[in-house]
Amino acid sequence: MNTATTTADAPTQRTFFQKVRRMARRQPLGAGSAVFILLMLFVALFAEVVAPQDPLDMNFADQLIGPNLTYLLGTDELGRDIFSRIIYGSRTALQIGFISAFVGATLGLVLGVTSAYLGGWFDLIFQRIMDVFMAFPLIIMALAIVSVFGSGTWNVIIAITIPFIPKCARVVRSSALALRDIPYVDAARASGFSHTRIVLVHMVPNVMAPYLIMVTSFVGQAILLEASLSYLGLGVQEPTAAWGLMLRGGAEQFFESAPWVAIFPGLAITLAVFAFNLFGDALRDALDPKLRSM
Amino acid sequence: MQGIRAYAAAAVGVGMMLTTGAAIAETPKYGGHFTYVVPAKGPPSFDAHRETTYAVIHPVRPYYSTLLRVNPQNPADPADFVCDLCVGDVPKGTNDGKTFTFKLHEGVKFHDGTPLTSADVKASFDRIIFPPKGVSSARKSFYKMVESVDTPDASTVVFQLKYASTSFIPALAAPYNFIYSKAKLDMDQRWYEKNILGSGPFVFKEYQPGAFMTGEKNPDYYLKGLPYLDKITAIFANKESIQVQALRGNRASAQFRGFPPKTRDDLVRALGDKANVQETDWNCVLLATPNHTRKPFDDLRVRRALTLAVDRWGGSQYLSKIAIVKTVGGIVYPNHSLAATKEELMQMDGYKADLEASRAEARKLLEEAGMDLSKTYVFNNRGVDQPYKVVGVWLIDQWRQIGLKFEQKVQPTGPFYATLRESGDFDVSIDFNCQSIVNPPIDTSKYLSSDVNPANYSRVVDRKLDAMYEDMLLESDPAKQRVKMRAYEKYILHDQVTQMITLWWRRTTVHRSHFKGWKVSPSHYLGQALDTVWLDPDADK
Repeated sequence: MNTATTTADAPTQRTFFQKVRRMARRQPLGAGSAVFILLMLFVALFAEVVAPQDPLDMNFADQLIGPNLTYLLGTDELGRDIFSRIIYGSRTALQIGFISAFVGATLGLVLGVTSAYLGGWFDLIFQRIMDVFMAFPLIIMALAIVSVFGSGTWNVIIAITIPFIPKCARVVRSSALALRDIPYVDAARASGFSHTRIVLVHMVPNVMAPYLIMVTSFVGQAILLEASLSYLGLGVQEPTAAWGLMLRGGAEQFFESAPWVAIFPGLAITLAVFAFNLFGDALRDALDPKLRSM
Repeated sequence: MQGIRAYAAAAVGVGMMLTTGAAIAETPKYGGHFTYVVPAKGPPSFDAHRETTYAVIHPVRPYYSTLLRVNPQNPADPADFVCDLCVGDVPKGTNDGKTFTFKLHEGVKFHDGTPLTSADVKASFDRIIFPPKGVSSARKSFYKMVESVDTPDASTVVFQLKYASTSFIPALAAPYNFIYSKAKLDMDQRWYEKNILGSGPFVFKEYQPGAFMTGEKNPDYYLKGLPYLDKITAIFANKESIQVQALRGNRASAQFRGFPPKTRDDLVRALGDKANVQETDWNCVLLATPNHTRKPFDDLRVRRALTLAVDRWGGSQYLSKIAIVKTVGGIVYPNHSLAATKEELMQMDGYKADLEASRAEARKLLEEAGMDLSKTYVFNNRGVDQPYKVVGVWLIDQWRQIGLKFEQKVQPTGPFYATLRESGDFDVSIDFNCQSIVNPPIDTSKYLSSDVNPANYSRVVDRKLDAMYEDMLLESDPAKQRVKMRAYEKYILHDQVTQMITLWWRRTTVHRSHFKGWKVSPSHYLGQALDTVWLDPDADK
């Protein structure tokens, strides 16, 4: 046996950083969005250190001041620093975005896989229920839920989470259907494992790719939905710093004379949603075996 | 440069309006279709006897008559009343001020052609003052002094009072006192909730819920020569941006509730000399109402701390730039003779000159009361930006200065009221006292114990408070009444802090300059009959 030939035929073992570099080369937009998301996470986690001012501090002597060295993005009608409010607003956006996306997608994952695994009447009825939920546009469904439960951070999270469940369940179910009849699942069944164990231990790990893609795209959608609900006055409430909330009230009233009040929070929402969408796309390309082989 | 010139010209125009108070007398012109915006989704019902909102008055008042009204030529004067359905001057009381006799116009007809007589006036006031079971009368408490309403003949109405009261005539002139048809009321006391039939200057034609209401000139109107307009249309638009666009695009000529200062400036900048601005103090005040049945707000020390933390003088200066609030005052409309002077106000907690000393005292009081500063308390607010949410955010910031944390629970009007009236699920709530006729002895009944006046949502029960009010109300000497009003006010705002006054509203109206004959008043409920207003097409040229 030729040792040199054997070494050359062995798959190349790349370090983590090599993998990252390779992905950045192949998916420059995805890599850029990942950096942006990491930056947002950092800013949200360390808002107290990063923000130059307390986002709740009202400096009435400085109402509606344009961007300058003291107030990098200007002040709102109550003299609050817009830059600091955007930084703290990222905390609200990511908290609601991640919790809603993770909980909604995870519940959808378990329910979708269970539905596929059990099949029969359960699958039929469960899918019709999902159809009913999916018949409502996301924002209408969220509005209805907030109307019932009321506004506030946790109610907004519930309102955003619920519409995500059927969306994820439907996608995951289609992947899980293919797994149901694969021999290792039959083998698990023949070994006498419980349904719960088969679903959670043997099937769920095999549908993680679509799940992860859904989670990332849900984060972007959740941020947008939270901003929409807050803009409509049904989301989080003042004086909490939240991007959608910053777009209503003063932003509408002073848009002509103080455009920075609306522009910067709007830009923050756009960039965050854009970043999560691009990252989701890149993740899909990276995790989908068909796309990967192309 | 052109923009600056236009702005300067408009500013001069506005300045002239504000300083002279009225334009030079012009000859009214007949005809025209007047369109105005009502900043609401629509009236909750058409029955003004039970409602308390401008969303009824603005679109519906032109279809009805009232017995008396505020003089439309001098609405800024809270004591200038004129006859509407009655003839001649406003009657003086006889029998030691306990009997008031009104003679009615002859030949007045409802819009369906049936005659309007004293029986209709009696039926309407009986419904307001002594509402039958199942009928809601929002201002019943204003008429506690009335013994009976009598009709010696078809054109005479006599009010017999239990005791003489300076509050009677102002109460009678309330714009909500629509005169209804006795025949319709006999048929169904709730008929007027869903139907409109009056004897006013305009005849109701059409209502499209959430969109508009239209009416046409009443050719048989009893005030000869009026109205000037041929047709009126009230457009319902809840969002301020839509109201502004309607005015800018000349789709509407007026909005009667009022705009914040910044919106006024934007409109003046956009419309130049085609904008007409009128401003006045507003008989409306925002309150902060603590829930007396909830710990720790049942503790006077905590309530005192809340009021001591609020910088009313500074807030007036800053908030008046962005919201429809301005004047610092007590419980009485600031321009009234019964109102506290600045010096009198500054004797009370929360109005003193040294803010830092007040806040230091507030922190000490909280410590003494053992207030849990790590807890977040609930501040109930109404989902209306101007001025509720702006003032709400400001109050939360004021209380943050003494270490208190509040989260805002903002609700639409219906659930907001349900929280105030029924569930009581709040620690402190925004509340308001908006009245039509400036009539402080009656207006201040808002602060009576909650079991006496359910419109006091603080759930306070204090018999000393009620006795002080009664004593003030029955006082007929104005100077003595003023002294008693001070004592009542001090008890509410300083001694017991049953409720807190924030800031009084400032009313700023912007109209297209072709809209004439309307003068701003201290209430957005007044001056809405629209019989004396007119349009001047030449003003648009």
